[in-house]
Amino acid sequence: MPKDSGIGASSKRREDVRFLTGAGNYTDDINVHGQAYVHFLRSDIAHGRIKSVDTSAAEAMPGVVRVFTGKDFEGVGGMPCGWEVTDKHGAPMQEPPHPILAQGKVRHVGDPIAAIVADSLEQARDAAEAIDLDIEELPAVIDMKAAAQDDATLVHDDLKNNICYDWQLGETDDAKVDEVFANAAHVTTLDLVNNRLVANPMEPRVAVGEYKRGTDEYTLFTTSQNPHVIRLLMCAFVLGLPEHKVRVVAPDVGGGFGTKIFHYAEEAFCTFAAKACGRPVKWTSSRSEAFMSDAHGRDHVSKIELALDADNNFIGLRTNTYANLGAYLSTFSSSVPTWLHGTLMAGNYKTPVIQVNVKAMFTNTVPVDAYRGAGRPEATFQLERVVDKAARELGLDPIALRRQNFVTQFPYDTPVALTYDTGDYNGTMDKLEAAADLAGFAARKAESEANGKLRGLGINCYIEACGIAPSNIVGMLGARAGLYDAATVRVNATGSISVMVGAHSHGQGHETAFPQVVADMIGIDESMIEIVHGDTSKIPFGMGTYGSRSLAVCGSAMVKATEKVIEKAKKIAAHLLEASEADIELKDGQFSVAGTDKSVAWGDVTLTAYVPHNYPLEVEPGLEETAFYDPANFTFPAGAYACEVEVDPDTGQVSIEKFTAADDFGNIINPMIVDGQVHGGIGQGIGQALLENCAYDENGQLLSASYMDYAMPRADDVPFYGVDHSSQTPCTHNPLGVKGCGEAGAIGSPPAVVNAVLDALNSGGKAVDHIDMPVSPSRVWAAMNS
Amino acid sequence: MYSFDFEKPSTVADAVAALGAEDAQALGGGQTLIPTLKQRLAAPSKLVSLSGIAEMQGVCVEDDGSLSIGGATTHATVAREAAATYPALAALAGQIGDPAVRNRGTIGGSVANNDPAACYPAGVLGSAATIVTNTRQIAADAFFEGMFTTALEEGEIITSIRFPVPQVASYQKFLQPASRFALVGVYLARFADGVRVTVTGASEDGVFRWSEAEEALNKEFRPDALMDLRINPANMIADLHGSKAYRAHLVSVMTKRAVEACM
Amino acid sequence: MKITMTVNGKAVSGDVEGRTLLSGFLREHLSLTGTHVGCDTAQCGACLVHVNGEAVKSCNMLAAEADGADVGTIEGQANADGSLNAIQQAFQDHHGLQCGFCTPGMVMSAAALLKENPRPTEAEIRKYLEGNLCRCTGYHNIVKAIMAASGQDVSSIAAE
Repeated sequence: MPKDSGIGASSKRREDVRFLTGAGNYTDDINVHGQAYVHFLRSDIAHGRIKSVDTSAAEAMPGVVRVFTGKDFEGVGGMPCGWEVTDKHGAPMQEPPHPILAQGKVRHVGDPIAAIVADSLEQARDAAEAIDLDIEELPAVIDMKAAAQDDATLVHDDLKNNICYDWQLGETDDAKVDEVFANAAHVTTLDLVNNRLVANPMEPRVAVGEYKRGTDEYTLFTTSQNPHVIRLLMCAFVLGLPEHKVRVVAPDVGGGFGTKIFHYAEEAFCTFAAKACGRPVKWTSSRSEAFMSDAHGRDHVSKIELALDADNNFIGLRTNTYANLGAYLSTFSSSVPTWLHGTLMAGNYKTPVIQVNVKAMFTNTVPVDAYRGAGRPEATFQLERVVDKAARELGLDPIALRRQNFVTQFPYDTPVALTYDTGDYNGTMDKLEAAADLAGFAARKAESEANGKLRGLGINCYIEACGIAPSNIVGMLGARAGLYDAATVRVNATGSISVMVGAHSHGQGHETAFPQVVADMIGIDESMIEIVHGDTSKIPFGMGTYGSRSLAVCGSAMVKATEKVIEKAKKIAAHLLEASEADIELKDGQFSVAGTDKSVAWGDVTLTAYVPHNYPLEVEPGLEETAFYDPANFTFPAGAYACEVEVDPDTGQVSIEKFTAADDFGNIINPMIVDGQVHGGIGQGIGQALLENCAYDENGQLLSASYMDYAMPRADDVPFYGVDHSSQTPCTHNPLGVKGCGEAGAIGSPPAVVNAVLDALNSGGKAVDHIDMPVSPSRVWAAMNS
Repeated sequence: MYSFDFEKPSTVADAVAALGAEDAQALGGGQTLIPTLKQRLAAPSKLVSLSGIAEMQGVCVEDDGSLSIGGATTHATVAREAAATYPALAALAGQIGDPAVRNRGTIGGSVANNDPAACYPAGVLGSAATIVTNTRQIAADAFFEGMFTTALEEGEIITSIRFPVPQVASYQKFLQPASRFALVGVYLARFADGVRVTVTGASEDGVFRWSEAEEALNKEFRPDALMDLRINPANMIADLHGSKAYRAHLVSVMTKRAVEACM
Repeated sequence: MKITMTVNGKAVSGDVEGRTLLSGFLREHLSLTGTHVGCDTAQCGACLVHVNGEAVKSCNMLAAEADGADVGTIEGQANADGSLNAIQQAFQDHHGLQCGFCTPGMVMSAAALLKENPRPTEAEIRKYLEGNLCRCTGYHNIVKAIMAASGQDVSSIAAE
């Protein structure tokens, strides 16, 4: 029987009511009295040397408050990168400056050159047209392999080349890797591209900066997944402000998917300009602006080689990847192709020798950073595509080949730096085979063929490292931040509870799921618990929401804080019941003395904490506890996905006919929300596989600069999905046994889709080894006819 | 958007007068024009809305059996009200944009804009329709002059479009996956005196008649008649969503499907 | 110029420029911020409202064009007693929203669909939502919620 409340219940989301009635409070809904509007004049060329920016005419335009250029920011810091990667020779990555407004050069289409603050947005835009720019156009650096050549044009003149770092993980002895491949019975090689994407949360980014002269206090309202991180980075590295004078608020946020993790120049600008102009300053991105100013995702070009022995065991894996970082280092960009990518290259398999090589490149494109999955989809795509190709080359069943090579003993130390604590990949695959009705595939294929369509089945397995992350480990790996999280449980006198959490909810349903945990621990109704998030003035601290970490890390902090509350409440209850604290039990909101019928209700204890007349002298009044939680390890959600497609042989059009996901997320708090997270991830993964493509031409012009050319998945591009979450191996090292579910769908689905298309083509008699994503009709048709 | 004045006349005569102002521009449903204005790619001094002109609204059957559609009639209205008389044209209108766009976008606006990937130009040219303006009548064959270019003079308003109704017709649209305009759209109409095949989305020159296909189908109206026909890819559009060769191929496939739909 | 219209049953008026969009009028003049703006090319549908009973993208219509019109927004959808209407309730019951940004447009679009087609099939719903983008849900629970709101049994549809 499904539960109707607490852990394991599909509680309906309380936040829905405000969203469904138009009562949400998104950043663009916030208007501050007297606010001015900023418009950023952005580069329309990819690469150029700024000779002059004459703003005098613009400054004289009606309504203009002030015009800023790069010169106005020479005294402040640039946008920081939060992760220093060390290259394979021990040198730190090349780390060029990233000014708030361009200084010296423009380096991508969309690079902000000037900011015009005016009474109205249209006045600011009018004034932008009056700015006289003299920019000498330089050759654009777009292709990553060309960018790596010695004679390539430099994106950053002060760097020695365009290579941010040349990084390696796994086996360092090239000769040993060569030997494994030389001795292999079979080697499968694949060149592939992981297409550049734009995250496209439906809410464009917005920032409103406010400054109060009387108290010297700043407030920044921003569309962020992690307001504390923004405050820390902006105060410590960019503007040099004391944190206690700066409040950052991320109210309702309309989706993030990674792209709202990063600290953006517009946030620092609005904060800075609010003081400089003496007025609140608001910026609202248009969608077109978002395409050239939100950090992009993915964009890897890889060669992967898999070595198998005569018994089809995986014996070696080698990858060489060019990873595009764009023109500047975005906040976490350097970590994505390295520690979030290379470490996942073992996948679900016990391959003993793995070598991962990554060259990260500067190009004249928008900065690239984490997008849903962040590095892990790129790793999974390579691995699962090459495994699938190996199965085809060897005439093996792709499921049997995978099963044969699964890791089955836990904990398992991979050759690429991780320790998987638990999992059951065969068990999850069993669930998939049943849920996807793989036995019925042949009949469905025959039916499709009778209708003139090719039908294919694609299988994929994935593992991801979530619950990011143990601070001591990531510190060793170059992170310039700790990745713990925090929660304060504030019990009010009447027994209701406010839980201040560092995680930020922008679709994940924390406001509903987190109370389910606390309610279960105390035995009170979920409605007595309120989650407070997104405001640095209200919550102790928090590293925010990304990497499927909210419940595993922040939720653990919340559990720890609740345990402290319960411990203290038991002392009070023991006093009231005149019993020993050790004999006090808490169940269903009642403290009772074990073995007796003496009890006192939760609300009476909480009231006593605040009206401490009859009270233990050694206990402080009040009932509020804070806990910080630093995880001991990553969590390792894993799963197996199956996709069935039909291909129209006349047009190359692919349609997804059936999609099934079997995931092992460990314990689940709210199954409804978890299923929804997987649905959404699959939708985005199908988008990457079939539709989405952020493309530049050779001059660095963005070809997919709006929804007219960037194909977002729509309702009729996708089917209903089957999801099965009954395979559950609880995480061994966090109190809830949870692993995280936010990214799984986006990681697991692209290879399943592409494998399915290739299965359809090959079983239809077309020998096609690979098609790069998006597997568009034109590409499928070209592959069929090449 | 740049600043502009707004006027909403209730007669064609008043609209024509209003459009006499320098840099004044007509506003149909605005589904293309408003995004263009947002990008500041146009700077009209005045927009003259045509949506308040009763005589430009609606779908009616003329005495000669042709279908007359007012220039300010929305796609949704055409999809609904032309369904009985001219189902293929109604189906075309029902495939433009999305429901909300179809509730605003108008036939006159679409045809006057002549986007090379729009649906209506294929239907208008494929039906050998007559474009009726405030000053004259223009045969479809003389109207479309290349992408975003038509025979309309400045200030001239499409008041209605008259469609001869063919014996049978079909519009086959292959979607550009992002914009959902036509990557390739083929309109095929079979009249007593012959077949017309028009193609949108494919050519640098905008909508065009595929005369070889028309000849082949005039000889023999069945899908196989097209078997050996290939359109020259040289003039096709190449972009992110499809190469010249792919578009040329789609023209063949969509034309064949249109014939099949008419059988 | 001065415009007047009925919004959610109430007469309203305001002074707007020719270039003021209906979405801007609703959000800035009337503080009805439930109508969202998610794109500038009329694709995303977050701004979808009803004008004289028809679904319209309010960021792609001039406010002046709605002079005299009867406009419905998300703020006017709940029942008179403030409880969620059938579509809103189905979205909550079936988890048809996550971040909530596209949701007002989805609900308004669903209402327009059910008005003209009270029992749409799955395929009809998916087709009708062509002009409404959602980045969170993968559409699964949106389609399911609309089917449920139209009185159809959705218990056989996979998952929650």
